[in-house]
Amino acid sequence: MKIGLALLVAAVLVLHHDIWNWKDASLVFGFLPVGLAYHVGYSLLASGTMAILVKFAWPKNLDDDDEVAA
Amino acid sequence: MIPALIVFAYLAVVLYIGIFAFRKGSTGSGEDFFVASRRLGPMVFLLSIFGTNMTAVAILGSSGFAYQRGIGVYALMASSSGIVIPLTLWLIGTRLWSLGKKHGHITQVQFLRDRWESGGIGTFIAIVTALMLVPYIIIGVMGGGSTLETISGGQVPYAIGGAIVAITVVAYVFFGGMRGTAWVNTFQTVLFLAFGVTAFTLIAKSVGGFPATMQAISEGPQSFLLTRERMPAEEFFSYMFIPLSAVMFPHIAIMCMTAEKVTHFKRTVVLYPICILLIWLPSVYLGVVASKVIPGLSPSEANDVIIRLLSQNTSPILAGVLGAGIMACVMASDSQILALSTVFTEDLFAYYGGRKKFGPKAEVWAGRTFIVLIGIVSYVIALALKEKANIFELAIRFAFSGFAALAPVMLAALFWKRSTKWGALAATVWVVGCVFANWHLTNISDAMAPKPPRRPAASAMRGGGAPGGPVAPQAGSTGAQSGSAPQVIGGPTPAPSGLQVTQGGSPEGMRPAGPGAGGPGGPGGPGGKKKPPTAVRIFPQLGDMFLRGPVNVTIFGFLPVFPMVVGSALLMLLVSLVTPPPSKATIDKYFSK
Repeated sequence: MKIGLALLVAAVLVLHHDIWNWKDASLVFGFLPVGLAYHVGYSLLASGTMAILVKFAWPKNLDDDDEVAA
Repeated sequence: MIPALIVFAYLAVVLYIGIFAFRKGSTGSGEDFFVASRRLGPMVFLLSIFGTNMTAVAILGSSGFAYQRGIGVYALMASSSGIVIPLTLWLIGTRLWSLGKKHGHITQVQFLRDRWESGGIGTFIAIVTALMLVPYIIIGVMGGGSTLETISGGQVPYAIGGAIVAITVVAYVFFGGMRGTAWVNTFQTVLFLAFGVTAFTLIAKSVGGFPATMQAISEGPQSFLLTRERMPAEEFFSYMFIPLSAVMFPHIAIMCMTAEKVTHFKRTVVLYPICILLIWLPSVYLGVVASKVIPGLSPSEANDVIIRLLSQNTSPILAGVLGAGIMACVMASDSQILALSTVFTEDLFAYYGGRKKFGPKAEVWAGRTFIVLIGIVSYVIALALKEKANIFELAIRFAFSGFAALAPVMLAALFWKRSTKWGALAATVWVVGCVFANWHLTNISDAMAPKPPRRPAASAMRGGGAPGGPVAPQAGSTGAQSGSAPQVIGGPTPAPSGLQVTQGGSPEGMRPAGPGAGGPGGPGGPGGKKKPPTAVRIFPQLGDMFLRGPVNVTIFGFLPVFPMVVGSALLMLLVSLVTPPPSKATIDKYFSK
């Protein structure tokens, strides 16, 4: 599981470098440059990745600290 | 004067929020003053930590930068931060919160001191981080003074404007401490978000719809703005390292201690990229749109391009609201002032005997005294060195890399048992050395820096003579109305590098063109046909090792932050391996489940 999540994070970081869009000036929906549209999607992907990490890789011992503090 | 009055009303609201509105839960203890008794709720925690990180650069700087360099700015600075900052908050922030709660730490230095079993290394890191934070505070006061001066049409002089902003910030930080600061930041973040949506809607209407504008850009000479073809890949890669600085900033690290529950981080790290998207997407997009609507601005003029765009549509009331939004941007120095005061109080005053001698109650008053002193000193410097703001802007750029390069020290302290204080010391010395080396190289290469070409179109535009341009300046008009809108400076995001390597014409010292070389009209901005400036070899005998662009120095094309982070990590690793490990007691304390 841990290795899978580490690979997911690594893949997301690599996906930031979308070299295939570097010189593409086409417009998505007629108004959004494809390079910008990709990174809007990337921001959503980042949020999704963090949701996955929170769900599957949240350090449980910190939650215990939370309960002790409460 | 209406916009200035609205800005004053905004300052009064901020003062009320900071001082009075949320003091009910105050206990008067040091923990309450510096970290709000670790009781911030999930939404305030999210919005305040996000607002602390977002300043003038997010709205004004990003649109000005996009005006010159195109849509790539979003990927360069926003989407990279949208993944790296939440990752660091998840990895580092949550651990700092947990250790802080367990061991009573308020600052990251308190943790590092204990973890490295060394007061000296903690003091060294405290001083280094404090020094790197100072320029931000000075720039904040300067930005406040110049913004108020412009918004009031010169009726509030720079010195008075700076004083009003400094007094407002110092007052609510002095009385409200972390709780007041967090609530003010929350209010300001809501204002940022409203600003983005309002600007987007108004401008879409005025330019006759975005599809037509984008189509025109894609068919014109500025079509490169819709791509990253003139953005060097090395620079793009380097920018991924800059957001590592976020959690190393004292004000962000301290803010991590304020969450009531560690579960508050869950919502924060998931929503953080969305918040960045909501603020940066309109700003970057509008910057590109402006390249068509208001072509020919110089880089410094482009800084206020979003205000120029809005100036075509704003009534005085809206201009005032806009001004309040700008003030929200430049007043982000509140959490930095509080953090600096916390560092002085907790890491120096209390640690070196103040707590023992004067008791815990004295800590709050020491903190408040430091807040006032920091405010006064910053104001005096802002007044005396008004014309030298660029020095502080430069210092901020260097400090950003410095904070980012300290991240390996924190990661090692939290996750690597074998890491030692000597490794931490070596890495910190390396960071300090690199910051000074960067400063030195920038200084000595200033004379050879490629100069941006003059752009006659810009001066024509300043007069408001071209169609679609800003409204011509009028006596007594506000900055937002006049097209000479305030240039906001400062903010915890590094200024764009401006480095564009392109075909060198000089036989010696010029780097030859390569893939990805070339500038986006670079310092000339869009609309121009002149070739962008070249990067110059600082030491021709060393080849491309040290290149000087119009703004800064690169190492083999990479921004200094990249080798700084790698060097810091390597030193941490190697020096730790050859020095004695920490005691078993310390390892048990910090690594037992």
